[in-house]
Amino acid sequence: MVMTLDKVKENQKVKVISISGGWGVRQRLGCLGIQPGDMITIKRSAIMQGPILIKIHGNQVALGRGVAGRVLVEAM
Amino acid sequence: MKIALMGQPNSGKSTIFNHVAGYKAVTSNFPGKTVKYEISKFKFLDQVIELVDLPGTYSLTSFDLAELEARKYLLNNKIDVVVNVLDASLLSRSLELTLQLLELKLPMVVCLNMIDEAERKGIRIDIEKLSKILGVPVVPAVAVKGKGVKELFSVTNQIGKEKKSGKVLKFSKDVEDIIIQLSAQIEKKEPDQKFNIPIRFLALKYLENDNFFIEDLEVSGKKIFEKVKHYQNLLKESHGRHSDVVISSERHHLSMSIYESVVLLGKPHKSPIDYLDNVLMHPFLGYISMGLIFYLFFNLVFSVGKMVEEPLLDYFYRLIPLVEKSINPGTLSFSIISGIIQGLAGGIAIVLPYLFPFLLGLAILEDLGYLPRIAFLLDAFLHKIGLHGKAIIPFILGYGCTVPAIMATRILESERDRFIASVLATMIPCAARMTIIFALVAFYISPQAALAVYILNIIVIIISGKVLSSLLPEVTPGMILEIPAYHIPSIKVALAKTWLRMKEFIFVAWPLLVIGSTVLSLLKYYEADLIINQFFSPITMLLGLPIVVGTTLVFGILRKELSMLMLIQAIGTNNVISVMSATQIMTFTIFIIFYIPCVATIAVLWKEIGSRRTLFTIAFTFVVAIVLGTITRFVY
Repeated sequence: MVMTLDKVKENQKVKVISISGGWGVRQRLGCLGIQPGDMITIKRSAIMQGPILIKIHGNQVALGRGVAGRVLVEAM
Repeated sequence: MKIALMGQPNSGKSTIFNHVAGYKAVTSNFPGKTVKYEISKFKFLDQVIELVDLPGTYSLTSFDLAELEARKYLLNNKIDVVVNVLDASLLSRSLELTLQLLELKLPMVVCLNMIDEAERKGIRIDIEKLSKILGVPVVPAVAVKGKGVKELFSVTNQIGKEKKSGKVLKFSKDVEDIIIQLSAQIEKKEPDQKFNIPIRFLALKYLENDNFFIEDLEVSGKKIFEKVKHYQNLLKESHGRHSDVVISSERHHLSMSIYESVVLLGKPHKSPIDYLDNVLMHPFLGYISMGLIFYLFFNLVFSVGKMVEEPLLDYFYRLIPLVEKSINPGTLSFSIISGIIQGLAGGIAIVLPYLFPFLLGLAILEDLGYLPRIAFLLDAFLHKIGLHGKAIIPFILGYGCTVPAIMATRILESERDRFIASVLATMIPCAARMTIIFALVAFYISPQAALAVYILNIIVIIISGKVLSSLLPEVTPGMILEIPAYHIPSIKVALAKTWLRMKEFIFVAWPLLVIGSTVLSLLKYYEADLIINQFFSPITMLLGLPIVVGTTLVFGILRKELSMLMLIQAIGTNNVISVMSATQIMTFTIFIIFYIPCVATIAVLWKEIGSRRTLFTIAFTFVVAIVLGTITRFVY
């Protein structure tokens, strides 16, 4: 199932398909190891449309909802 | 020999720097705390080494001002050796910057910092193999404990003498072909380029569409610009992705394959600290614990401060009658000496007792890694005032001192966010203003009243944020923030950091305090204070404050705590409540918190956001202070 990262439930593991959005977002996420093909586990989803917390390559990263909405993923 | 520490945010560059330079650079457990570089000279073996601690950067493509500063320094200065500091527990991601640094063909050493943390996570690294692949020496270290730092500098020293750079690792063949073709074009058309960097590096930056390098080409309409676009399109067509994504995925895969070939994964050892997030980042418990932590922090600072303040003040005020006995009251020298004693008494007895526990507590929270968690919890709320979660970091630092808080706004990506965050940061009661809140409001009225001042302050900041962001309705770029693992704070480092921050108070504020006290004594002696008080009487009358308060407002612009200490001198007693009513104390405090930033803050604002916006900030805070002060007078 394909969806954007902000829609994924807690503790689910997904694979990055692509990142939409401009050069800045692509590069910034790429630097943190979020690139097509990478595996992400969603650890937490904050209340009130707050950010999500993901685990990627052994590291924790917080992404605002808007940013997470640009990452297209596939549920594993 | 010039050595630059370069690495991703939070990899421990400043910790290594402090280990050899003494505690000079503030370290904390959050990514992006170093926003400007720091230089220190020291002697190692027979060499004088100039060590530069650069802000952390995820890649050589820069996004925020701090990263830009690191890259600019690296490209514009002649550096003998680059020490690339890596967080060994995040090896695969960290290697991506390493690969880019290798492309620069500078003499380099890799430092695998936090190797103990990596082992705890079950990551065992074959150091020799890694060194062979990269073609540079690799030194493991645990910088917090000082382990491996000496070895690191002796290897660095050696490499600096040999001027040996590492290997440039190649990408897959089709991509590499395009790089070679573009490089050939650059060589033909741009023989003397602006930066002294290898052609291959430049070709990669062009293919990555890095604005910093491409801008010039576009403006001057050079032929090479068309070539660059042509090769970017070739990559895009053959890979079905933007050319910048193609290049970064090449590096990404290269890093991962190096990682896989040098790492032996074992079983991670969980420690109790890993479970802390189950509470501290919990959608419900997280907020409760945050409130609890700050409430306890507040109470601790107040009770420690009060316990020490009272006996110290008594002691100092026993000195004044002694002076009276030996020098004739009413003479000029008596005014000056008693002024100086009052100034010093204020500095030592009123300010230090609150400042020390506050700064120590802040240092412990920072080193633990709690600040990024607050950014996570409050992101949604900060969106309501047009900012995102990362803005909380300058705000929290603002409770310590406004100057580093404004510097820290550099971690925000957009200029608008930096402006709004800077204005709001000036309104946060810094440690100097905290001593006023504690020593006046909490001491003479009640601790609850002091807490109310803090809550009111937050409400005013929220409203101001809403107003400012509605004036500048641009959308904030959204938060992308690494949440680092917790570290158990080292008490030695926390104390060193507290001392570094207190030094500023002792060496800048105390001399000013003594001078200020002397000036005030002189003014009083020659009755010149009456003129100043007269000048400020419209403000003091509007706020319903004693007219003698006027002079103290001027001193408050120099340093905020001066206004309170001068107040004690101006009204002629340390028992403020005998001269001013609770309402007047409250009004004075509220006014002082908001009105006009101190000189040091104005200077840094001027540099960071420009003259026009600084003047706006001064006017804005002044109006807020007048309005709130007047309301307090009639309502409280």
